[in-house]
Amino acid sequence: MAAPQKQSDGPLFRMKDIGKRYGGVRALESASLVVEAGRIHAILGENGAGKSTLIKIMAGVIAPDDGEMLLQDQVVSFRSPAQAAAAGVACVFQELSLIPDLSVADNILISNPPRRFGLIDRRAQRRLAEEALARAGADDIHPRALVRDLPLSRRQLVEIAKALAWKPRILILDEATSALTAGDVTKVFAVLKRLRAEGLAILYISHRMHEIAELADECTVFRNGRNVASYAAGTRSNSEVVEMMIGREVSSAFPSKPAARNSVPPVLECKNLSWTDRLRDISLDVRPGEIVGLGGLDGQGQRELLLALFGVLRGTSGTISIDGVPRTIASPGVARAGTIGMALIPEDRKTEGLMLPMTVRENLSLAALDRLSSRGVVDRKRESASIDEMVRLLAIKTAGPDIPVGALSGGNQQKVVIAKWLTRRPRILLLNDPTRGIDVGTKQEIYQLLRRLADGGAAILFYSTDYDELIGCCDRVIVLYDGRIVKELTGSEITERALIASGLNVQAEPEVAA
Amino acid sequence: MTEWRYWLNEQRGTLMGLAIFVIMFAVYIVNHPAGLTANVAQTAANKGVLLAFVAMAQAMVVITAGIDLSVGMIFVLTNCLASWIVVGTPMQTTFGVFGVLLAGALCGAINGLLVIKGRLQPIVATIATGAIYFGIALLLRPFPGGAVNEDLGDAMTGQFFGIIPSSLIVLLGAVLLVWLPFSRSETGRAAYAAGSAEAAAFMSGVPIRRAKLAAYILAGLLAGMGGLFLTFFTYTGEAAYASGSGYTLWSIAAVVLGGVSLYGGRGSAIGAIFGAFAARTTGDMLFVFDVDPLWQPLLQGIVLLIAISIGAVGLLRVRNRLDWFL
Amino acid sequence: MRARLSGPFRRADPAVLTAFCCILLLLFLGSLYSSNFLSLEYLLQQLKVASFLGVIAAGMMLVILLGHIDLSVPWLMTMGAMMACAAAGMGVTGMVLAIPFGILCGVLFGLLNGFGVAYLRIPSMIVTLATNVVAQGLMVLYTGGFSPQDSATAAMRWLATGVIVPGVPNAILVWATVSAAMVFLLARTTFGRSIYGIGNSERAAYLSGINTRRVVMIAFAVSGGLSAFGGVLLAGYASKAAQAMGDSYLLPSIAAVVLGGTSILGGRGSYLGTVAGVILITLLQSILSVMQMPEAGRQIVYGIIIIAMLLLYGRSPANR
Repeated sequence: MAAPQKQSDGPLFRMKDIGKRYGGVRALESASLVVEAGRIHAILGENGAGKSTLIKIMAGVIAPDDGEMLLQDQVVSFRSPAQAAAAGVACVFQELSLIPDLSVADNILISNPPRRFGLIDRRAQRRLAEEALARAGADDIHPRALVRDLPLSRRQLVEIAKALAWKPRILILDEATSALTAGDVTKVFAVLKRLRAEGLAILYISHRMHEIAELADECTVFRNGRNVASYAAGTRSNSEVVEMMIGREVSSAFPSKPAARNSVPPVLECKNLSWTDRLRDISLDVRPGEIVGLGGLDGQGQRELLLALFGVLRGTSGTISIDGVPRTIASPGVARAGTIGMALIPEDRKTEGLMLPMTVRENLSLAALDRLSSRGVVDRKRESASIDEMVRLLAIKTAGPDIPVGALSGGNQQKVVIAKWLTRRPRILLLNDPTRGIDVGTKQEIYQLLRRLADGGAAILFYSTDYDELIGCCDRVIVLYDGRIVKELTGSEITERALIASGLNVQAEPEVAA
Repeated sequence: MTEWRYWLNEQRGTLMGLAIFVIMFAVYIVNHPAGLTANVAQTAANKGVLLAFVAMAQAMVVITAGIDLSVGMIFVLTNCLASWIVVGTPMQTTFGVFGVLLAGALCGAINGLLVIKGRLQPIVATIATGAIYFGIALLLRPFPGGAVNEDLGDAMTGQFFGIIPSSLIVLLGAVLLVWLPFSRSETGRAAYAAGSAEAAAFMSGVPIRRAKLAAYILAGLLAGMGGLFLTFFTYTGEAAYASGSGYTLWSIAAVVLGGVSLYGGRGSAIGAIFGAFAARTTGDMLFVFDVDPLWQPLLQGIVLLIAISIGAVGLLRVRNRLDWFL
Repeated sequence: MRARLSGPFRRADPAVLTAFCCILLLLFLGSLYSSNFLSLEYLLQQLKVASFLGVIAAGMMLVILLGHIDLSVPWLMTMGAMMACAAAGMGVTGMVLAIPFGILCGVLFGLLNGFGVAYLRIPSMIVTLATNVVAQGLMVLYTGGFSPQDSATAAMRWLATGVIVPGVPNAILVWATVSAAMVFLLARTTFGRSIYGIGNSERAAYLSGINTRRVVMIAFAVSGGLSAFGGVLLAGYASKAAQAMGDSYLLPSIAAVVLGGTSILGGRGSYLGTVAGVILITLLQSILSVMQMPEAGRQIVYGIIIIAMLLLYGRSPANR
């Protein structure tokens, strides 16, 4: 058992001047963190502030470029998550690391099962798993249940139990409550408080302010890959925290916005759109010439909303109207067709947007083959003309149309994804976080392009995890929380403070206590 | 839920295979003029056991999300080898048996190394090794012939205590000595993990490569047991191409009937055994119903087609069409 | 470099070049054994034998490009051949319709494969395996029930063994026609583009608005039709249809496609490579048999060469 490990001298764990680069992008820059035993330490920051990178380094998933980590004043480096866990740093990952076809007990003790005569001692394993589940406050989960049969929230608890089975001294929870139901959250909190009393150090990453207020002993705010402030919990108001998370100028790289055009009837309209428990009663409309942003924290149903509009989801309820006429959109093939003219720039360009080994030409014409061919035969002249036009329009930097698209830079790949759909001249453009992981220059080109398209009469619905973009690009922003529209911001109401506050589903007024 | 329900859920694929087999076998026995006598059971067991070994072998590899298209050829190769070396004094015969099993395991190890170290796709790699193994089989037995220690052969294919078919006892032995230890070892669990979610398995520090190699080796070993048994039945070795490829194809069918997912991670070799017996019983059923034997392959095919289509019902539950493409 | 080549050579990847080099190497080695290997007569004879495999491999390639596999080749071939012969027994109309009827049977079974794969989403390996057994069952029933008409029509024989262009057997012309159609299909049509797209990422293809299920279904139908057509040709060559005539074509057709540089995981490969693979395999088989190597040695050498070539250029990336 993790007995209380009070150290008289120095903190339990320390990270000093950690830096990490992904290609040209700096994810972390001389970041530092001090973790004390017997405390719950909350880490705050915007999407992309470097929190995930930090904990991945702590948990041995990735190696830092520079800086050092000290565990009880001893320099340590972890080459794998298993090694970190053996040293006492266990992490509950956001992306589940469970094996769906194995039982809960198998999963909890997958890396170091109890053995007897060289085989797995199932009785002992069961006992250990039950212990770990009980410690995780999930003793209602049967150790023999298959993970695949558990709902997401239960899986998350198994994940916590799996981390606890290592008997760690430091437990990291990365958005561990985001999939949990309210009842489970209460249980997990009780567990975490008990673990704290047992002397564990807990790192808690969450976007939910009220959770942090309830749990944390101290907080560290990250911004742009650095730790910018640390304070004892309860000493700052919500709005001060939001201020610390923003703390940077809004860049002025965005095209100017035209006056609102409320007179034009909406081209896309949806009413009471619902889908399982991920989308609840969504009603919105988008007019030609308008860029509407989708805001909120990651994973609040924005992706599902775009997929539902594009005809990918089954069993949606509610109506989707195009030009005021209700339509049934049963597949992307229907969504892209003439009278609807919808396009979706998907989230993950590598698996959903592009075929990386195929050429720029093939990728660019894939979504518009019906337009570029007659009787099923691709008209090469028309195709080349349209490709030239797109390469010029988006200034795609490529050595030629016949090189594999995988050889282009990330920004240019993203341009190809967008261009592939612009070939069809869509009337409704849905974008799912189109600027994630691309360079600033390309981002700005994309903003300009979107505005040009809107001015040309396209209706644009735009999900972004980057608040700057929503502020700079959008005429309106619809904020989602837990599959529901919680706020609609228009014009000058779109501020970073308002976006973060409504995304966290709290009021940004100072008088609302934490 | 009570304990047995979880057990039921864990073993669903295997139990499905069992159910299919029991129903078919019951229908078969009820309509059999002699009913369930020791001789009827012996014949049925001996017919099924060969495919059962090969299907077990296939299941080993399929659980890791691989496939072994050379199992049938390993089966033929070990048959030919056995017709040379499983003869003579009890001592020689014993060495012969071990030699045959070792040869099977070696074939499996070659497959495994090509897939894991050579990074070749299992489908094509095992097609090629299958040709090699068949070639060696032909080298050993250009013409059908050879012999086997007949005492051993008769003992293995006869009845135990005059009731229980001894081939079933040996099959049970293979389950107890090969499958159960494997499935309860860390390596076996790693094989499931690798087949189910390789990335998550990697994140959890599971020994993926070791598990895959072990699966291929054991597959070779089990196919070798099948080849040995074929020799016990026929007293000869024969390098028959049609037999080898037929066993390979039916092993895949048996594995699917026995509830093993071709995408890996689900099912058990025990399920594959039931699948194999079910596949064999289809043929026998037609016999007791006095259907013209000419109908046999067609009806077998249709039963197979229906059995594999049942799984498609799950598609109706898919709410996100992108999940089709996993 | 590659980017600047045009036409069918645009995709010329190292695998195709290696395959052609291997062909030359084989011819060279053969010529050391006997100068006959370089004679025009021998080469034409090889191409003629290769054309049966070539027609079948063309269909197999479509399916493999999608990331699937078609194991129903053996009995679809047999069925094509037998049904064509059967139709021929039904008077003049039957004679005329013999070849189309044989192919049609293959297409129908191909559609069944495609339905199982695309709509029921059963792994292609198992669907095609099952339809193969069903086709076998039908043929066994057919040949066993009543004495079948099993001799090939004159048209079939002419197609497989006749000569219309002096010196060039018709079978080669048939293969050339099928090949031309394949090159056109893969390089120039929306269907071809969709096939590569689906093979690379069915998800992305679906999100691009492509009706992926229809494309998969058609590809399997074409594969079934070409298998049956291959059977028809083979029956013409042998003058009759026979049980199990297709058994020895399944694995070589897969091997030919893969040796030609097409990824078994789909999405990558050029038809030129498949042609090279077919010739390579045919030559290999022929040389081994001319050298009077026993069947056993042939199988072993055959398997080793395939593995060696795969290790040379068919490996998947290391970072897995």
